[in-house]
Amino acid sequence: MFVINCPYCGEREQSEFKAGGEAHIVRPKQPTELSDDQWAEYLFMRKNIKGIQFERWVHTHGCRKWFNVVRDTSNDVIKAVYKMGEKPPTN
Amino acid sequence: MTKNLRVKTSKFIDETYKISFKFNGSTYYGYKGDTLASALLANDIHLVGRSFKYHRPRGIMTAGSEEPNAIVQLHNNSPRTEPNVRATEIEIYEGLEASSQNCWPSVNFDIGGINNFLSPVLPAGFYYKTFMWPASFWEKYEYFIRKSAGLGKSPTEPDPDIYEHKYIHCDVLVVGAGISGILAAKTAAKNGFKTLLLDEKSYLGGSTIYQNSENFKINNQTSNSWLEKEINEIKKFQNLEIKTRTSVAAFHGYNFLLARENLTDHLPLNLRKDKTRHRLLKIRAKKVIIATGSLERPLIFDNNDRPGILLSSAIEKYANFFGVACGEKNVLFTNNDSGYETASSLYQKGINVEAIIDNRENIDSKLIMEAEKNNIRIYKGYTVVNTAGYKRINKISIMQLSKDGQKVVGSKISIACDCLGISGGWTPAVHLVTQSGGKLTFRDEDQVFIPDQYPSDQISIGSCNGDFTLDEILLSLPNKLKEFLNIKTTDYDNLEVQSSFNKSKRNIWLLPSDKVIGKTKPFVDYQNDATAKDIKLALREGFRSIEHVKRYTTTGMGTDQGKLGNMHALGIISETAGSKMGELGTTTFRPPYTPLTFGTIVGRNVGEYFDIFRKTPIHDWHVKNKAEFENVGQWKRAWFYPKDGENMHDAVQRESKAARDSAGILDASTLGKIDIQGTDASEFLNRVYTNAWSKLAIGKCRYGLMLNEDGMVYDDGVTTRLDENHYIMTTTTGGAATVLGKLEDYLQTEWPELDVYLTSVTDHYATVSVCGPNSRKIISQVIPDLDFSDENFPHMSFKNAKIGKIKCRVMRISFTGEQSYEINVQANYGKSVWEKCMEVGKEFNITPYGTETMHLLRAEKGFIIVGQDTDATMTPIDLQMDWIVSKKKYDFIGKRSLYRSDTIKEDRKQLVGLLTENPDEVLEEGAQIVADIKKSPIEMLGHVTSSYYSPNLKKSIALGVVRGGKNMMGQKLIIPMENKKINVTVADPVFLDKENKRLNA
Ligand SMILES: [Zn+2]
Repeated sequence: MFVINCPYCGEREQSEFKAGGEAHIVRPKQPTELSDDQWAEYLFMRKNIKGIQFERWVHTHGCRKWFNVVRDTSNDVIKAVYKMGEKPPTN
Repeated sequence: MTKNLRVKTSKFIDETYKISFKFNGSTYYGYKGDTLASALLANDIHLVGRSFKYHRPRGIMTAGSEEPNAIVQLHNNSPRTEPNVRATEIEIYEGLEASSQNCWPSVNFDIGGINNFLSPVLPAGFYYKTFMWPASFWEKYEYFIRKSAGLGKSPTEPDPDIYEHKYIHCDVLVVGAGISGILAAKTAAKNGFKTLLLDEKSYLGGSTIYQNSENFKINNQTSNSWLEKEINEIKKFQNLEIKTRTSVAAFHGYNFLLARENLTDHLPLNLRKDKTRHRLLKIRAKKVIIATGSLERPLIFDNNDRPGILLSSAIEKYANFFGVACGEKNVLFTNNDSGYETASSLYQKGINVEAIIDNRENIDSKLIMEAEKNNIRIYKGYTVVNTAGYKRINKISIMQLSKDGQKVVGSKISIACDCLGISGGWTPAVHLVTQSGGKLTFRDEDQVFIPDQYPSDQISIGSCNGDFTLDEILLSLPNKLKEFLNIKTTDYDNLEVQSSFNKSKRNIWLLPSDKVIGKTKPFVDYQNDATAKDIKLALREGFRSIEHVKRYTTTGMGTDQGKLGNMHALGIISETAGSKMGELGTTTFRPPYTPLTFGTIVGRNVGEYFDIFRKTPIHDWHVKNKAEFENVGQWKRAWFYPKDGENMHDAVQRESKAARDSAGILDASTLGKIDIQGTDASEFLNRVYTNAWSKLAIGKCRYGLMLNEDGMVYDDGVTTRLDENHYIMTTTTGGAATVLGKLEDYLQTEWPELDVYLTSVTDHYATVSVCGPNSRKIISQVIPDLDFSDENFPHMSFKNAKIGKIKCRVMRISFTGEQSYEINVQANYGKSVWEKCMEVGKEFNITPYGTETMHLLRAEKGFIIVGQDTDATMTPIDLQMDWIVSKKKYDFIGKRSLYRSDTIKEDRKQLVGLLTENPDEVLEEGAQIVADIKKSPIEMLGHVTSSYYSPNLKKSIALGVVRGGKNMMGQKLIIPMENKKINVTVADPVFLDKENKRLNA
């Protein structure tokens, strides 16, 4: 049970949040123009990293806002938290 | 005629408060302050149980939570019965009844003891090897294993006690109130930190508090009296909370710890009524100071498990703290100064010490000199090679150790004794550090694992950090605390500490014997009966990983998690395999540190609080009118309303018929309702539903289907346009929360440019749905001001209206296929509107119906239920709902997936109607559908998803999914059941009123 620093509410228990998978996968603007393979790439393919991973989380039992989290999946240390639309931290 | 071994008054025991208790049916006495173990020992009882595999007699071994042997069942055959209680932890109270486990018929005569003599055929992995085959014999094996080797009995009645959970947030959590923990807590509190101090014992001060000896002094006072003053001082701090009888069970990431506070287990049963028994503390600490101390190691030699063999430190505690002598002829066997420390304590209390056997050869220290002065025989460079005495030790044999410690030499000497204290040095209690993800390092000089890297803001102090002697602990503590708490000074910066303890130790993991290993029983894990021989066998059989050896030999897998023997297991493995201790790693210590009862884990979430449920505003009416309820998501929904002893079938048939013949009324309040507003609301709906929304006129309703991005049906419901930029969406009852979550996800992450706001209003409205040919007559009396003519208020439209002063939204929408009106009112008016409808509807036999009838009615009409007729593999095309998928829209969620190579396959499972050959035969939902029953293996084409007897059509109807079913209209298929096969015909899923005459009537 880790603590997540919601960019809108501050530090809260993990149980208030829901994970939403890998971050920065943008829904294609013109899906109809994609081949089956290209669409499948967007639809199904996700990284499963041991180490630094960029993820989406939502404060389900709080402000209901989605945001991004940089988490080390090997020890659950959260390196950074940033809002949707903001650039991921570089280091 | 038992002896009294209470030797001298102890201030920790209240001898004016006598307590009687029962052990194995006999009554004994002890005093307030006693544990069950100390009270039994005072009555000269050592034998308390049998071992798990060999059923060897076992006695009390320790004085704490690491106890492997003395585990008992409390209050057998009562709802409060509890197995695996450590006699060394449970404090006695008036009326305590305890009994031995693992023995049948009794602890003194145990059938399974035969296993001891059969032990050559019960080697490591015995259970794996023997009970594997043949599989059909498992039931017999299981009976045998359970009968003769059970670990206590679980209660058969509900737990009468109350448990609760509590969250605690603090600046500094100190785990363990020994001398290190006390000083740390006081320092933290004094510097303004909100501090919490926990200890599993009932008292503060750890082992120092009962160590009254000139050998250990702080600022020229005996260490215990100096510590006593400190304890009195910490009690004064407002910002320091102290909880005793509280053991930390788990240390998770981000300094989240679970602790069990034991509130009533030490009280007489009659004082426990209405009190909380255990409290599970969920602690989030900014900083954690671990001061959990260390556990004394046993020594591993032949027959080291007899009753009367205890840890040396336990004997010291029983003497000093409880005033109890564990024996009259005591021998101590040690590889370090701890044995002498015990000897010194016993001598002071007037308890006889026959001899001390010391593995070390050329050694001297103040403590040794004191023992010599007290005329105790000391055998330096010797080891115990064997012990004798079946139910109580009566003799030991010792021999001299060779220079390298690998062999014994010379001749055997026998020493009579009734108690043997053993000390193999100390193991830091690093369990919590490793649970938290911390890393350990191996210290070669004294063969211990100590904390090395911490994953969170925590520190280990005192002997759990490998600082074993009083001077080591106290001289290093101030700087550690200053750095950790970021403070300038402590009260302990200039302490004067005297300790007579010499740190030297001669560590031999498996002591040599004059016999070959195969003929010996040197126990490493007492509770699971794993010996050094078993570990060596496992290695010979090719096991290398410590985790594998552990599982194969069951070492460390008992309720004590091998707190005593794990280090020896590691040592023996590394010696045998020729690897280095540090490189071998350790086994993982998993939570809980000590076992938790289920009650503690569950807390108050029992009975009606086990799972919260939601009630509609009309719930009380349903209860009053004898509705049966079903759970839908978190909701309690009226399922059907049995009348005059009707069964479910009869009630549903009656309700269904009434709804089509005249009028039915349904509480639809549970449907999810999402308020959608914003200038882009129409565009948003276009993107999330499969059909088009831009042209929906204000005041009109439309059914929508929502897909996942993979093209599979996710949810459905009717959405109404209330105004230009204002919609109200309904979702399925179970899907409300996830739909809202999904919509928010798209809105916030994919389409943040859209001006749309979503609000869940499910609980804000009550929804009363009246359907049937007479529904209009009823509803127009309930809302007389509204024009209900088809011209003014056609199907799929909406009106704002008032019932008296109550504002309501009325929708003419239908899930039954009948003309139907839904009145939405502010939740608190729901019941009165419902009652009004009932009153007005009386003359039309208005019939309340539940979810079962609703399901039946919609099935007659071929309407799907998402989640019943669909799973996560059905597209709208599979559902034969092509009509709802817009061809014109450029994009919507899931659109692209509808023409993936997989989703366009012709032979996907598709929704069809099914009619049985015999119209009275009702199919079972979930039954498999096949075409050719002779084919082997039989090809499963699909399954039945919904099935009812329709009272309106007077025949059985069903929906099902069938591979390629769309093109099988009229085809005959088979439903094979256990003892028959049912012939069905594939049909149109709309069984009733395909022309929608009833809807628009
Ligand atoms: Zn938030």
